[in-house]
Amino acid sequence: MTTLTASRQRYLPIIATFALLVGAYGFGAAQYEAFASGQVVLNILIDNAFLLVVAIGMTFVILTGGIDLSVGAVVALSTLVSARLLAAGVSPLVVLVLVLVIGGTLGLGMGAVIHYFELQPFIVTLAGMFLARGLCYTISVESISITDGFFTTMAQTPVSLPGGMHVSTSVVIAVIVLAVAAYVLHFTRLGRTVYAIGGSEQSAMLMGLPVARTKITVYAISGLCSALGGVLLAFYTLSGNALHAVGMELDAIAAVVIGGTILTGGTGYVLGTVLGVLVLGIIQTLITFDGTLSSWWTKIVIGALLFVFIVLQRLVSRRAR
Amino acid sequence: MIKHRLFWPTAALIVLLLGNFIAHPAFFSVELREGHLYGSLIDILRFGAPLIMVALGMTLVIATGGIDLSVGSVVAISGAIACLHLSGLENQDSLGGTAGAVGIALGLSIVLGACNGVLVSVLNIQPIIATLILMVAGRGLAQLITDGQIITVNSSPYQAIGGGFVLTLPVSILIAVAVFVLASLLVRKSALGMLLEAVGGNPEASRLAGVRSRRLIWLTYVVCGLCAGIAGLMISSNVSSADGNNAGLWIELDAILAVVIGGTALTGGRFSFAGTVIGALLIQTLSTTVYTLGIPPQTTLLFKAVVVMAVCLVQSPAFRRKLVRRRKPKPVTRARQDEKVEVSA
Repeated sequence: MTTLTASRQRYLPIIATFALLVGAYGFGAAQYEAFASGQVVLNILIDNAFLLVVAIGMTFVILTGGIDLSVGAVVALSTLVSARLLAAGVSPLVVLVLVLVIGGTLGLGMGAVIHYFELQPFIVTLAGMFLARGLCYTISVESISITDGFFTTMAQTPVSLPGGMHVSTSVVIAVIVLAVAAYVLHFTRLGRTVYAIGGSEQSAMLMGLPVARTKITVYAISGLCSALGGVLLAFYTLSGNALHAVGMELDAIAAVVIGGTILTGGTGYVLGTVLGVLVLGIIQTLITFDGTLSSWWTKIVIGALLFVFIVLQRLVSRRAR
Repeated sequence: MIKHRLFWPTAALIVLLLGNFIAHPAFFSVELREGHLYGSLIDILRFGAPLIMVALGMTLVIATGGIDLSVGSVVAISGAIACLHLSGLENQDSLGGTAGAVGIALGLSIVLGACNGVLVSVLNIQPIIATLILMVAGRGLAQLITDGQIITVNSSPYQAIGGGFVLTLPVSILIAVAVFVLASLLVRKSALGMLLEAVGGNPEASRLAGVRSRRLIWLTYVVCGLCAGIAGLMISSNVSSADGNNAGLWIELDAILAVVIGGTALTGGRFSFAGTVIGALLIQTLSTTVYTLGIPPQTTLLFKAVVVMAVCLVQSPAFRRKLVRRRKPKPVTRARQDEKVEVSA
């Protein structure tokens, strides 16, 4: 019986998020006629596909009890590297591979430093953030637009869905990433080790799980997801800019937390992160639809939501104990 | 001497200053103009004063094993509310009105710090996350106060906080020095400092030993908020305007960097105000150097990344152990010498 209530409580944050999402959508639909159309929901996905991919990477890191502050900077670096190389006439496929390699390597490096030198993830990824932003500025301080055929096709080709609705290719990529992430987390050894490390790193090590490899892999995954998020952002904006995605790490962390992943690690679902991203997106859309509220209300509402969900997590974990 | 914990930050600062001197022999010249001191060194101190203030507050928080990410937002809010109050006054030059604006701004900063403190000490939320809330929402609040505009004020007493001079010295430096001296005296001449280090070293043990760790932790966040508020006043008064969007952007990172460079461990339990001040000056000198040497200012971030990593690695026991182990195959006498050097590093 106790295990049953404990597992039910584990779902409580995610259920709360879902209720919030439905409530916000219902409120919007009741308030504005156009809001009820399915395309509005899809537009939220289109506008936030890159955030979703980045937040999925962040979920892996937070599940192990770490944090990655470098994601926003890596996203910006990826857009800029793509734009610069494409402008120089490099083939788009080579650019894509190179960008992903850069992101993955940065994450790998940070993970190695965190694990082998026992430094706090917070400070190491902070240094990574400085490094990536610094590299951005050395590449170019100005925005570079992307005119490459492949990128513009990817950006402008809609994927039709039944009912006359459509999504962008970015959304399709994001959904594929989501499926892969969910599979890895729940059906592979790597995924189970991620949860084990988040539960207790020491126990995981004593159980003979590959803690070092997994911890480093997790940061590499986050770096890779950030790089891919950067590519999607490049599709979305068709430009590379050192000022892209400033403060995005906070949005990603907020999405993961609102999605019910516990910050000390060990508990959470990547599907929750999707709900978190959708909640952030729907708040933005509601504020846009309202028209009288200024954009800074988004930040205040997100801050307030973060507060509510963190306190909720606190209460849940205290009662579960 | 090489073993002193302030040796390396101080050495780095001196090297940086000497580098500037070699590149620009006029770098060290300080002249008296219209009764004010002018010169690159004075500029470093003046522009570094807000960072010193924020970093001093951050030192206290980090000493207890916490962190405060919201200082940048508090900087913006404090400047915004002060300018809003001033801009509504009929006579902006009145001393009473300015004092009111300063009082409101500092009061609000204390309240914000107290909120952070409650989240961390009463609700036991991780400090990074607890202060992240205010970091996100605070920017929004600052923009709400300024209505998304840049509020400009025209008040000479207010301008004096960040841009004025008393006895040939900039007021902002005097404020920073006063806070530094006051904090150092309070912490080192009373049991407060020891209690803080006890809480940072092992909160549970210190609680069992009878230290009221909760109240102490709460207090550090309040002081940190207050320091950030003062810094916000300095920054906004220096330009006589409040920008909710950009004031104090990234200052939390610079402050954490200054604290780490100054030898305060991020895990808590050991702290040094003097080290923090040297760290803050080092960061400010770095920014100034980049400008005076004509290096593109964008590379400052790269420098900072390298400095953070180097300092953290030197402080990491695991890194030192690995370095020492690698050197073991050498003859015994050599190894012992090497070990000494490593420990001091």
